[in-house]
Amino acid sequence: MLAMNYRGPKRVRIDHKPMPEILHPEDAIVRVTRSCICGSDLHLYNGNVPDTRVGMTFGHEFTGEVVEIGAEVTKLKVGDNVLVPFNIACGKCAFCRQELYGNCHEANSQATAVGGIFGYSHTAGGYNGGQAEYVRVPYANVGPTVIPEGMDLDDAVMLTDVVPTGYQAAEMGGIQKGDTVMVFGAGPVGIMAARCAWLFGAGRVIIIDHVEYRLEFARNYAQCEAYNFNEIGDPAVFAKKTTDSLGVDVCIDAVGAEAAGNAMQTITGRKMLLQAGSATALHWAINCVKKGGIVSIVGVYGPTDNLVPIGNVVNKGITIRANQASVKRLLPRLIKHVQDGVLDPKALITHRLPLEEVAEGYRLFATKLDNCIKPVLIPPSAKL
Amino acid sequence: MEDNRPFENNRGTDPTHIKGWGIDADPKNDPTYPMKKRTNEEHKGYTWERPTQQPINIEVLHSIERPNVTAVFGTSVPPSGLSGMIRRLAFKKSENDYGHWLPLILADRVNVVEGIIEDFVQGKFPNILGEKGYKADLQHNKTGLLARVAIVAGITAAIVMLARRDRD
Repeated sequence: MLAMNYRGPKRVRIDHKPMPEILHPEDAIVRVTRSCICGSDLHLYNGNVPDTRVGMTFGHEFTGEVVEIGAEVTKLKVGDNVLVPFNIACGKCAFCRQELYGNCHEANSQATAVGGIFGYSHTAGGYNGGQAEYVRVPYANVGPTVIPEGMDLDDAVMLTDVVPTGYQAAEMGGIQKGDTVMVFGAGPVGIMAARCAWLFGAGRVIIIDHVEYRLEFARNYAQCEAYNFNEIGDPAVFAKKTTDSLGVDVCIDAVGAEAAGNAMQTITGRKMLLQAGSATALHWAINCVKKGGIVSIVGVYGPTDNLVPIGNVVNKGITIRANQASVKRLLPRLIKHVQDGVLDPKALITHRLPLEEVAEGYRLFATKLDNCIKPVLIPPSAKL
Repeated sequence: MEDNRPFENNRGTDPTHIKGWGIDADPKNDPTYPMKKRTNEEHKGYTWERPTQQPINIEVLHSIERPNVTAVFGTSVPPSGLSGMIRRLAFKKSENDYGHWLPLILADRVNVVEGIIEDFVQGKFPNILGEKGYKADLQHNKTGLLARVAIVAGITAAIVMLARRDRD
């Protein structure tokens, strides 16, 4: 089968790889129909996540058709079209039973701080991902969800990560009616977080980035204010001036390790790898939020350390909430929002590429060519 | 950049016309997240009925902060070669220790070289430019690509000229 093959920082290609096999009685094999490249894939692509091994297939946002099931799979049958949450979760451990599906204790041997994630390095379990024609899906009774009749595949694939992560970012913000919410990062997750902030009753939503076409997209899609940090000056001063010096109620970091905007963070975090990525967005979030405010983090950072003004967190009494989205917990509500037309996730997809062009897809997304917001890969065996 | 804007209490315009505004507002959405469904299951320790164990017939490195290999695990790229040796050493240290993560970053870089050697051994010449996806630049960023090529060509020519002058 065809599958993406990681060869080193900024080098990926399409190769023939052996078909995945059932290795566990709760496994399913899924023929992929859509597979996105995610902003967090860029951390792997850039070589910033430790234990990213040459030869791995990335891809944690995918839909597909079930073609084979293990002996203990009871909730799926061959032929089902499923969307597969990016978290691999057993459904039985203490954490899954509390609906913390992103923190399963039975899916990642390599690191206790991270759950299992498809195609996301050995630090997240060493599973091959969905940027391939076929993929092995463990714990098929738990994660994979049958795509509701009539739902567009492009909407379905966005429900595997982008929509739940953006929604949970807003949810973790503990937004109260009338709150001012500042979102850092106008990538797909940031735009979705801004859109979802309104569902929680935000009074004002502001998104900050430096890529003009993305800011323009965010203004239209999320109906929010959007500002270029190269034009507004210091974001903390901007936040204070617009809130009569008090600070915004909620800040969301939807950027993570690839943040631009601060030379020291960029050099030490992204170029020299002395930090687990550049923490500019988190630094700004802490300094823009009000005293007693909430900072919600969904941006992905590596497992080592980052330079952030932790003293300000203490002195301002800030609550920091963060997690990988618990996709399975959120799916029922989010499927309803899509079906009711409240959310329109497929509108974020700007590029549809054949799987064979995976290298171009990564380059396009990573360097923000052709006004790319979200690229989707389509394997040759999937109908276009 | 000096910011001359005045301080103001700007609460935005009325957002209630936005589709879905407030439909998930929950006054109880207080700072108890993520433990929305807290049951304190973990107080009982690692005692839950574990899923069936996936047969461990490849080498799986596991964190020393847990007692076992998880019930399922990925099999994408078992450790091998020099990078594998470094990874095995890294896994003798905990996730709390730089001695774990820094060797893993080193192993990743060693693994890149191993990957190129592996390609050659298999009779495959790695197409680095193709793997970097430069075809996308050709389609959407021709000027940028040409500028980059010109810079590289210029630097190369300068180095060659300097080397020749030194030899003469």
